[in-house]
Amino acid sequence: MTSNDFLFGVVPYAVATLAVIVTIIRWRSAPFTVSSLSSQLLESRKLYWGTVPFHWGLSLILIGHLGALLVPRGFELWNGAPVRLYLLEMTGLALALWAAFGITMLFIRRHGDARIRRVSTPMDTIVLVIIGTQIVTGIWIAVGYRWGSYWGTGVFVPYVRSLFTFRPEPDYVAPLPIVLKLHVLSFFAFLAVFPFTRLVHIITLPLQYLFRPWQKVIANREPPSPGYVSNHRRIRQYRR
Amino acid sequence: MKVRAQMSMLFHLDKCIGCHTCSVACKNLWTDRDGAEYMWWNNVETRPGTGYPTGWEDQDHYRGGWHRDAKGRLKLVLHSRGGGIAKAFYNPALPELEDYYDPFTFQYGNLFGAPAGQQQPTAIPISKITGRPVEISTGPNWDDDLGGSDIYAANDPSMDGVDDAVRAQMEEIERVVFNYLPRICNHCLNPACVAACPSGAIYKRSEDGVVLVNEDKCRGWRMCVSGCPYKKVYYNWDTGKSEKCILCFPRLETGQAPACAHSCVGRIRYMGVLLYDADRIASSASEPDDRVLDAQLDMILDPFDPKVITAAKLEGIDDGWLDAARRSPIYRFVKDWGMAFPLHPEYRTEAMMFYVPPLSPIMSTIEDSLVKLDLPEERRDFELLDELDKARLPLEYLANLFTVGDTEPIRVALRKMLAVRTYKRRQSVDGTIDATTIEMLAEAGLTEATAEAIYRMTTTPTMDDRFVLPPYHREMSIEAINDPLSAKGEAGFGYRREPKRGA
Repeated sequence: MTSNDFLFGVVPYAVATLAVIVTIIRWRSAPFTVSSLSSQLLESRKLYWGTVPFHWGLSLILIGHLGALLVPRGFELWNGAPVRLYLLEMTGLALALWAAFGITMLFIRRHGDARIRRVSTPMDTIVLVIIGTQIVTGIWIAVGYRWGSYWGTGVFVPYVRSLFTFRPEPDYVAPLPIVLKLHVLSFFAFLAVFPFTRLVHIITLPLQYLFRPWQKVIANREPPSPGYVSNHRRIRQYRR
Repeated sequence: MKVRAQMSMLFHLDKCIGCHTCSVACKNLWTDRDGAEYMWWNNVETRPGTGYPTGWEDQDHYRGGWHRDAKGRLKLVLHSRGGGIAKAFYNPALPELEDYYDPFTFQYGNLFGAPAGQQQPTAIPISKITGRPVEISTGPNWDDDLGGSDIYAANDPSMDGVDDAVRAQMEEIERVVFNYLPRICNHCLNPACVAACPSGAIYKRSEDGVVLVNEDKCRGWRMCVSGCPYKKVYYNWDTGKSEKCILCFPRLETGQAPACAHSCVGRIRYMGVLLYDADRIASSASEPDDRVLDAQLDMILDPFDPKVITAAKLEGIDDGWLDAARRSPIYRFVKDWGMAFPLHPEYRTEAMMFYVPPLSPIMSTIEDSLVKLDLPEERRDFELLDELDKARLPLEYLANLFTVGDTEPIRVALRKMLAVRTYKRRQSVDGTIDATTIEMLAEAGLTEATAEAIYRMTTTPTMDDRFVLPPYHREMSIEAINDPLSAKGEAGFGYRREPKRGA
């Protein structure tokens, strides 16, 4: 097994398994630790300039990446006309630069503000470095290896598809430039630290809020109803 | 009719001396921790003033509570559902630490550990967050007793609409006036914090109406902090979770009054059960401004009404609770006597903590360097019974706090309190009750028996009169899943590991 086979054929499964299993364990055994760990209360102004570009820039780029993986054909069709290709690439690059500005602000804030340093852990820096690497390599690829949305569907999407169909073909990645490999590897690093850091808050995005009733009332004991089971019987059922 | 029970507290402001014993009892019990130092689940404010956090009533700024839109629908002031999620990354309406204060302590170690020198060592103030020296510029009770100050009182939102003459009257230095306003979480029937929480971590317990944050489900989106118009949900900057007043439910469940009420030196606090109709929450909260207070008080049900009792039993409210509801001091003050009101009912959260408004002396004028009461000689004995508009604490101001600007309910309540006072003075000083006194009682809407009852409940209530706590029967609620005897030994707050900040 070559190092390429290991890094792009074994590591992705290892980190994905780690991410899923540890997240479930953490969710069930230590739900108290799952939080966005917002520090807006302590410092608000610098956070505004950091968090808004960072979150929105990355979320939109992520949606773009997912789109390319799910409907590569759609991207190819869209990019059929050069104007549309330029438009897509420029939007992507602008979002990436926006996110880069945001993460820089966040980094400065995390290490420059006394109050924020008080609530910082080494993991916070690790997360910023990993995501920073992704953003920098992403911008590098966008500028140095132009029209990624065009060639990516043919060169890179097959590799990801091979991973998802459990027939990994790391050979797709072998001839690619080192920056691209770094971009992918830093994503694997992201997955690896995901369950151990504040990154878990990503999956807590509260979409259920769109549908739930405004008020929430919880009863310790259900009121007696026609199908009411007396407490004695409940104990017996529980013991059984 | 869907009957539910609510544990309510009542604050008799006429008796509050502003000693802050309640705040300290609460702090020592619940919030003496990293990340919680700045939280005052119970605080006492000097009114008129800006309160804590500074200017919390300014909803144009903090965006708390509900509003009734042009079509009469009830909307959160803070956000729509989608808006709530979109603003999860940055909540523009979140108070900053400066709106509270930078929690501080003093470097006491320096007093003992400083190297020998020419000067006395000092204990300088340091931030409890950063450990660095801080210049203390504000605090939880910074404007204590500064009722007339033009910094604090002038910025009180409840002063809006109080006309200039009245303002001048309040501000004149000889006539400085203030009262105290102790505040805890209102454990609302239509809580905006619950509605604002994207994670659905906050809920209201149906058996006693206590509003709680499930710390295991809280993800730190901090919308509750903004959504609560009373600013009584706090974000713990250390654990990354929101926390709030829990009405000392572990004490209630074991038959003890909450720490703030139990420790109250002035004995101004009362606890009791109210029954209410949960089916009417939404409709009464969306009434127009001039109806919203009445609609809220109308929801409170008569615990002596057989129909209410039957409906309550169908909802699983047991006889112990119904009995407590019938003996509830809150019910007597709020419904029987009409002397207590919720704080800022116009926020439409249906606050369930009630306040008896404070009496204040009549305005006096200074003539020839003698203080002169603004009263005709022959009415002196009845003080300001008919002169409530001359009370030092203007009715308009109290009405802005408790009755959406309507002075009439405040006038009625204060008149009753004054009538009881005069009646008892006649009785104990003059020794006789004449026809004029009885007439005065009747004019205030009281009989002798009611006046006696109000007097008893106000002046000499025992602990058992003030705190009518229902039997919680926790053993019955846990027995479905646990052996009550073994659970007894394990009673606690349910954390198997220390609630520490996650990574």
